[in-house]
Amino acid sequence: MTVLGFFNYWVVVILMMIGFYCVIARGNMVKKIMGLNLFQTSVFILFVSAGKIVGGATPIVREGVEVYSNPLPHVIVLTAIVVGVAITAVGLALTVRIQEAYGTIEDDHLGDDIDDEED
Amino acid sequence: MTLLEFMPFIVLIPLIASGIVALLPGRNLPWLVTLLAATASAVIAAVVLPAAISEPALSYPFGNWPPPFGIEYRVDAANAFVALLVSGMAAITLLWAPKSVASEIHGRLGTFYALFLLALAGLLGITLTGDAFNVFVFLEISSLATYTLIAYGKDRRALLAAFRYLIMGTVGATFLLIGIAFLYMVTGTLNMADLAERLPELRDNNAVRAALAFIIVGMGLKLALLPLHLWLPNAYAYAPNFVTVFLAGTATKVALYVMLRFIFTVFSPDYSFVVLPLSTVLMVLAVAGMFAGSWVAMFQIHLKRMLAYSSIAQVGYMVLGVSLATATGLTAAFLHLFNHALIKTALFMAIGCVMYRTGSAKLDDLRGLGRQMPWTLTAFALAGLSIIGVPTTAGFISKWYLVLASIEAGAWWLVVLVLITSLMAVYYIWRVIEAAWFSERPAGAAPVPEAPLALLVPTWLVVALNFYFGLDTRLTVGASMAAADALLGSGAGLP
Repeated sequence: MTVLGFFNYWVVVILMMIGFYCVIARGNMVKKIMGLNLFQTSVFILFVSAGKIVGGATPIVREGVEVYSNPLPHVIVLTAIVVGVAITAVGLALTVRIQEAYGTIEDDHLGDDIDDEED
Repeated sequence: MTLLEFMPFIVLIPLIASGIVALLPGRNLPWLVTLLAATASAVIAAVVLPAAISEPALSYPFGNWPPPFGIEYRVDAANAFVALLVSGMAAITLLWAPKSVASEIHGRLGTFYALFLLALAGLLGITLTGDAFNVFVFLEISSLATYTLIAYGKDRRALLAAFRYLIMGTVGATFLLIGIAFLYMVTGTLNMADLAERLPELRDNNAVRAALAFIIVGMGLKLALLPLHLWLPNAYAYAPNFVTVFLAGTATKVALYVMLRFIFTVFSPDYSFVVLPLSTVLMVLAVAGMFAGSWVAMFQIHLKRMLAYSSIAQVGYMVLGVSLATATGLTAAFLHLFNHALIKTALFMAIGCVMYRTGSAKLDDLRGLGRQMPWTLTAFALAGLSIIGVPTTAGFISKWYLVLASIEAGAWWLVVLVLITSLMAVYYIWRVIEAAWFSERPAGAAPVPEAPLALLVPTWLVVALNFYFGLDTRLTVGASMAAADALLGSGAGLP
């Protein structure tokens, strides 16, 4: 396969790194969660790409279909999407609580507080 | 129908009960149902363990779909042992829970205990399942429940700790998912036993190497192995005491189990220890963790945080046993996995008793408390002996086997390192004892009554278990050896 033949996988790697960078470098908690979503989505693409068969139809039993994509990765990704949504929901809920408790969601302003031994 | 056939119910009981508990009103009823569910799980796990040791492996295919197509629960000595530990510790910590939770969490407790049961079901699910993707799903179930449980902490910093754990935990779990994706791409199966059969043909495949690396890093995050431990101290320090007690005994242990399951069963040791310099890497990280964890613990003012850093050091001991890649080393890892759960639970329970009365876990506020809460602090001191590794305690047994394994591997210098870090443990435990008994109570401090019996009795129960398993090692050593054998498998050679 040529370099372009791996197009999906290049997208996976680039998306994954963008997401990972966001998680690490961004101080804003909502942006961190967005980065996390991007990071997870890239893994979903990895799974779906693995299930694709060139020239294959959708995996539904019907007349005239001999070659079809592997449905199992799709099912796995569906489950993983549900997990991802749950994590996003919990993360955003925590962000709201942090905003209420601290008045900010910038991690830079909060970093000192958590490692502080006093009070 | 024997009790053995209820094996899947170890997971299903907490999972189903969590839905019921979420709807229950009031504060006592949810706790009671939770306790019953956890106890039922523990009883079944206790019945399953002897059977799993004597028989090859129990298998339960879900929905009657035969593996490798369906999801199966596959139980051998290794996971039966961990399942018994997790469900047993859950039942014991629940006995301790009511008073402590009452002082920290207000309003109805249905949702709180429902989340606890979800976390428990997730941890047990990870332990029992024989399906790689199922591990990920259960891992996320338990993690999500854990994040919210930590956020219940009274201190507002609990929210930050939970958020950071969420970010790091999710990255770790996603790494595991990437590893599983690579495995699926090259083998076309998700069943662990099936993977183990197909992987040897693919020794030279880069995707398999990447999969192993991703899985180890992902689980290293969950395990709080040294450079990936940053989430742990704050999460333990600011979570409600009951949650800390439960997590300290179970969460990292299950992560270690998953790592072992992948390294030894799925990839087989003659692959994982040869393809990656796993032995060296794990040994360096373990020793670094032992030293860094103990060192930082020596200077902590906040006692829960001190114990959390000590946990990082103890994870180092377990991983050190694994890195030796011998049967004795693996036995030591399993022994310490079990014994450390008992030790840390007892220590955190004692600190929880202090916090119940004084509302503070700081070293300065502990001064002179030894005479006012003698039972609590004696429990702390005795559990402290166990973490140091004094003979007749459970901590001694696991360190003994770790030393044996080191000598057997010809690495006598590891013995020296273990001794040095044990001395560091002497120091950080002694600081607490000195403050409690050898310092004067600050002038004008209000007298503090002894902790209530509802907290003291479970605490002393765990302390007693520490000494019981220090003297009678038939269960722990026997099960650890069987677990190590089960992981090393039939004829799977060591490097």
